[in-house]
Amino acid sequence: MHLVIIGNGIAGVSCAQTVRRLQPEARITLVSSESPHHFSRPALMYLYMGHMRWEDVKPHADWYWPENRLELVHYHATAIDVEKRLVHLAAGPPLAYDALLLATGATTRYADWPGQQLSGVQGLVSKADVELMAATTPGVQQAVVVGGGLIGVELAEMLHARRIPVTVLVRDAHYWGSVLPPEEAALVDAEFRRHGVLVQYRTELAELLGDEGGRVQAVRTSTGQELPAQWVGIATGVQPNLSLAQSAGLDTDRGVLVDELLQTSVPGIYAAGDCAQRRQPPPGEAAIEPLWYTGRMQGETVAHTICGQLTPYRRGPWFNSAKFFDLEYQTYGVVPPRPVEGQASFWWQPARGHCGLRLHYRLDDNLTLLGLNALGLRLRHAVCDGWLRQGVSVRHALEHLGEANFDPEFFPQHEEAVLAAFNQQNPTLLPLVLRRRKGLLTRLFST
Amino acid sequence: MTTISSFPAQPLAHPTPATAPAERSWLALVALGLLALLVTAAAPAGLRGPAFWLGIALLSAGTLGWSWWKFGQGPAGVRHNFLWARSSTARGAVAWMTGIVLTGFYVVLYWWPQYLENLIRPLDGLSQTLRHRPADQWFLYGTFYTLAVLLMGARALYKYRHSPYQRIRTGSVMFFQLGFSWLLPGLLLALQKPEFYFSYFWPLKYDYLFPGTVDYLVRDGRALGVFMVFWGAVMSLVATPVLTYFFGKRWYCSWVCGCGALAETAGDQYRHLSDKSRTAWRWEVRLIYPILGFIVLVTALLWLGAAGVLPGWFTSPHSSGLPLVDGVSPLEGLSKVYGFFIGSIFSGVIGVGAYPLMGARVWCRFGCPMAAYLGLLQKHFSRFRISTNGGQCISCGNCSNVCEMGIDVKQYAQRGEPIIRAACVGCGLCSTACPRGVLNLENGPREGRYQASPLISAESLRILE
Ligand SMILES: Cc1cc2nc3c(=O)[nH]c(=O)nc-3n(C[C@H](O)[C@H](O)[C@H](O)COP(=O)(O)OP(=O)(O)OC[C@H]3O[C@@H](n4cnc5c(N)ncnc54)[C@H](O)[C@@H]3O)c2cc1C
Ligand code: SF4
Ligand code: SF4
Repeated sequence: MHLVIIGNGIAGVSCAQTVRRLQPEARITLVSSESPHHFSRPALMYLYMGHMRWEDVKPHADWYWPENRLELVHYHATAIDVEKRLVHLAAGPPLAYDALLLATGATTRYADWPGQQLSGVQGLVSKADVELMAATTPGVQQAVVVGGGLIGVELAEMLHARRIPVTVLVRDAHYWGSVLPPEEAALVDAEFRRHGVLVQYRTELAELLGDEGGRVQAVRTSTGQELPAQWVGIATGVQPNLSLAQSAGLDTDRGVLVDELLQTSVPGIYAAGDCAQRRQPPPGEAAIEPLWYTGRMQGETVAHTICGQLTPYRRGPWFNSAKFFDLEYQTYGVVPPRPVEGQASFWWQPARGHCGLRLHYRLDDNLTLLGLNALGLRLRHAVCDGWLRQGVSVRHALEHLGEANFDPEFFPQHEEAVLAAFNQQNPTLLPLVLRRRKGLLTRLFST
Repeated sequence: MTTISSFPAQPLAHPTPATAPAERSWLALVALGLLALLVTAAAPAGLRGPAFWLGIALLSAGTLGWSWWKFGQGPAGVRHNFLWARSSTARGAVAWMTGIVLTGFYVVLYWWPQYLENLIRPLDGLSQTLRHRPADQWFLYGTFYTLAVLLMGARALYKYRHSPYQRIRTGSVMFFQLGFSWLLPGLLLALQKPEFYFSYFWPLKYDYLFPGTVDYLVRDGRALGVFMVFWGAVMSLVATPVLTYFFGKRWYCSWVCGCGALAETAGDQYRHLSDKSRTAWRWEVRLIYPILGFIVLVTALLWLGAAGVLPGWFTSPHSSGLPLVDGVSPLEGLSKVYGFFIGSIFSGVIGVGAYPLMGARVWCRFGCPMAAYLGLLQKHFSRFRISTNGGQCISCGNCSNVCEMGIDVKQYAQRGEPIIRAACVGCGLCSTACPRGVLNLENGPREGRYQASPLISAESLRILE
């Protein structure tokens, strides 16, 4: 079998690795025009800030690919001949495939703002983006970042490292309003302020203004302000790379449409990662999941199907993590940003100290745990995942909170305080007793 | 520190922001301090005392002030901006110069100490007070070394103040360096006892289990000497396996050891320079275990020699005309060769001289027999591991970048596997630097120690052979 994968991001590479394991004799070719080797997209910011070099953000050393017989083609794929099962490349002979995976990822989404083509206006998704940013930010006096999501805060941190004053425009009333409840957002906002980054909430980009040279000079906001800016970062989201799929006649919507086996509308062609859109996602799950983790899981899943072990994509309880300047964030399961009928949330935050913990649960007899948010605290993924899969009660989770504590040694332990707060807020419930402290050792002594 | 804007190591991070005036003034103090010490080295007798102490004062004030300015004010967190872009920390001209100066200092110290006379004499007063005897080049060295650990330890405390693990660990290496490697040996001398380092053990301090040393300690130190021999033997042969079983190699390498102390404090800014490649790993294995084997063999032979069971030609002196070993027995020759090439050149000259180019753990990683011994214990008989947190790794590479032992930590993390490597000194920096909270140093039951997370399906590919 010859498997051709377009895109050497995490989805494409995870699929290649899994197929190599399942079918040691398969021929596997990875095509990418972005970079010869796979790299960690979430690490792009560290290149700009000088934490690491290019070779440090490659998850595998260069010898890895030939040693595992993964062929790399560093050309753009220009067209797919569905009939003849050929992929045409920008140079060189076409590639004949038996199976084809589209893992083409995504690019910055622009909302048709007037002036968005000015130089100094860009997003941050690709290697070329970070190179452009390095070339266009020197000498910038003021910068504006549009978008209150994860890439927005990364851009702010990058500019801050260069001591470029930056203002972040956020559409919602608080940071990452579509995901974070207000308490979490307030902690993130405090983090912005601690680092001297200005954030304007309830503000959107209306227009970009340039000089005669075609370089951006200022932005006009939806609130009518004009903010001077010689560099503007667009971080309002990404959109799947579709052109290849569209020109080949595959069914597409916002992304390449796939069924639960991640097959596209054409037999033998699959899609995974940022570019894939599920036709019928299970309730509560998004059709497009543009994350590193989901890209990895989709890549592994589709590899099984390609190798004949039909495997539907089931990602299990949601999880994600991020870092807002110095504040780490982890989330497990479902934590809605706003109150939901029939569900309740318990939020704990110490009087002093920059952290917080939320346990979200259903108001049934069991008080079933639905999700957790942690800021400035590390939680043990395996434990949270187990709780969510088993549908344990929030009472069980709290009494065994130590089990989920993944903070390093000697860090303050908050379990007692968290329990006390819960007992105080729920005087009608039977008081909780801490049954599990932190650490691997206590597993032996716990009840 | 200094920035050279055309420096190529990390083009995307250029140009680095200009150094702020306040930072420049603190660095100027450091430079003036170094200048004063240089002047001391060539100054006439009357001037050298004041110049020396002025130099030390400026150096200390400058280092402390700079550390506070750079890391102590403002929010605490991982601060690695422009590490790979500055000439001083990215193998640029400044780094090369620093390396040459450090190497030069060791060469002069070992082979031409007479040129350090002017730096040694001002320490006479201190040495008399502490040790009841005049200073010598080793007292100068020990004092500089301890000062470096304390000053740069303060920098590490500022820099990592958000992490209790790093705070306590840094405090520990500072305590052991000052107390056990500087004050206590001096005090023993003052009390007419053998100079003894209670925090160094065989096979790092290889001669502590040599018959000659045992003899001398028992003879000169009497009851205390017997205790020293007992201490050395118990620490090497009993306490080391037991402590390593419970806590891993780190209890020594990044909490107690003086080499570790310098690496973790003065060398902190160079930790990313350690080579993470497979080739480097192969060299590590090729060097460190034979060195351990060599010193174990020499120790065993010395004891056999002392017991009189070795052939006479092996234990009696020969005049071979060879440098270093002329006029000694082949047996003693072996121990001399080890002492010269491994004990002096490797651990000192190369070990510290290479800090700004290859990271601070060159000796610990490629040479130290104690690290090899601890590493074998850690790998096979220990409850220590670095756990990875389910599927949370984003393969960003920060952990591998900061690993001073050159371990490619992300290879394990991105497959959801615990990190159990002989080399790991448990500095905890990978855990501190990981932006996704993936890594955690833990001691726990040995069952399932190697078990990978089911939340990541580990592809059974050949990652590292
Ligand atoms: C700045 C930034 C930070 C992020 N941080 C996080 C994070 O912290 N956590 C997290 O979970 N996710 C994060 N993400 C999201 C995550 O990086 C993506 O979800 C993930 O990389 C998607 O992987 P993929 O394999 O689907 O696609 P990609 O990684 O985008 O790979 C697709 C590749 O295909 C190539 N390609 C496309 N079309 C063609 C063609 N026709 N011919 C040849 N090559 C082609 C593209 O150039 C690209 O190299 C971040 C994203 C960005 C941009
Ligand atoms: S373990 Fe952490 S630091 Fe290391 S690659 Fe994974 S996310 Fe990055
Ligand atoms: S693996 Fe982590 S704890 Fe071990 S030496 Fe490397 S950075 Fe330190």
